Amino acid sequence: MDENPLTQAFRLILELDPALVGIVSLSLKVSLSAVAVAAVLGLPLGALLALYRFRGRGAAVASLNALMGLPPVVAGLMIYLLLSRAGPLGSLGLLFTPTAMIIVQTLLVFPIIAALARQVIEDLWDEYREQLQSLGSGRLRAIPTLLWDARFSLVTGVLAGFGRASAEVGAVLIVGGNIDGVTRVMTTAIALETSRGNLALALGLGIVLMLLGLLINISIYVIGEQTKRRLG
Amino acid sequence: MRQRFWFRPPYAALAGGLLSLALLLAVATAPADPPFIVVASTTSTEQSGLFGHIAPRFTEATGVRVRVVAVGTGQAFAIARAGDADILLVHDPDGEAEFVAAGFGVERSPVMFNDFVILGPANDPAGIAGAQSAVEALQRIAAAQVPFASRGDDSGTHRAEQRLWAAADIDPAGRWYRELGSGMGPTMNTAAGMDAYVVADRATWLNFHNRQNLVILFQGDEVLFNRYGSVLINPERHPHLKHDLAIQWHEWLVSAPGQAAIASYEINGEPLFFPNAD
Repeated sequence: MDENPLTQAFRLILELDPALVGIVSLSLKVSLSAVAVAAVLGLPLGALLALYRFRGRGAAVASLNALMGLPPVVAGLMIYLLLSRAGPLGSLGLLFTPTAMIIVQTLLVFPIIAALARQVIEDLWDEYREQLQSLGSGRLRAIPTLLWDARFSLVTGVLAGFGRASAEVGAVLIVGGNIDGVTRVMTTAIALETSRGNLALALGLGIVLMLLGLLINISIYVIGEQTKRRLG
Repeated sequence: MRQRFWFRPPYAALAGGLLSLALLLAVATAPADPPFIVVASTTSTEQSGLFGHIAPRFTEATGVRVRVVAVGTGQAFAIARAGDADILLVHDPDGEAEFVAAGFGVERSPVMFNDFVILGPANDPAGIAGAQSAVEALQRIAAAQVPFASRGDDSGTHRAEQRLWAAADIDPAGRWYRELGSGMGPTMNTAAGMDAYVVADRATWLNFHNRQNLVILFQGDEVLFNRYGSVLINPERHPHLKHDLAIQWHEWLVSAPGQAAIASYEINGEPLFFPNAD
């Protein structure tokens, strides 16, 4: 081999190799989309579960918490069977597309965001309850306020969701098919290079993925700190 | 506690969230993809780099892009049966004939071949290098009870290995016979790690970089031939598939330019696949 594959991985980054840039941006697009969809659905659901008492609520909370551990390969299989031409949503033709990958990652991320939001909002509600109720506000109308006031804690849940989405390989491999230039993301590219025996290049790509995650987390931390300071 | 603006920030955030969701959906469903076909194929064609070599030439000639889903041959058949791929390129002539006979496929054409090799640790504890045939090599491995790594994934290579054991009249079982349930590359990674023997396709081996102690110990027996075929899927079963584009690909593979593209794929001056269309 002419070049140390680790050096090769970093050269690809520094030269902004088009294939690598394509893979990285697809990874970001898929995972960020999944996290956005999961947050829009999961945060309100978590808040509803926190504020309302109904029959079966305990079961709902326990199921949601258990779904945080849904094995990605099982999620992948479920979405695969759903989207396959032989399955109920087959006519949409979504199998082996980035959309299918967003759907499966949403399924994986949603329970994490909803379950953590449920816990955070429940704690906050205990604290705010009297005050909000004395202002004459109903529970439903309290939800946006609670979500907004808990935003710094909720961001951690959303980041945990992003971590799960971007680190996951089993589900996107099954529903995406790891098609070069279409559905190949960082994790499936790493799996492919590993099966080619290009262990160092695979590790190099893995380091790129981890740096990316670090960069996102640093940015969000800095933004959060600045916002807190501004709010005093 | 200080007085809050209750509505504006949270609703603004919610509106922002919904807006970004709408944008994402718009991106996700953006139309205007150039024409493409989905080819269900084997890990050997993808991991050996063959598709990266020939698909761009096909696209240049026809404007049609090729999306390869590389899985074991068994899974490739399953994907095609469900109507999730437009065409197959696999290496299990018996399975392909069955697929056509069962009405899932309409036509099978030979495209190319290469061969399987038996890899093992360089010191060859079972002494298969001197075997007269592939069957004898496997019998020596079984007799010596040395580790053997099997794909165990119903792939074309796994099916070929199973046929060899059957020909050797051995039912491989026991601690020495390790079914991994993985693709060719991962199986070789594991075999290299535990000094095991393994039946591999030559193309993936030539493109494999984590060899450690593994070398080719046996090759050249005619039973080790590895034949690849392109199978057109029955349009009556799956009318939604892109049969016209699939036929273009099928015909290009067996045409002179397609066969030349296959023949020109080499690693270190060594060809990986030999065209053999009728």
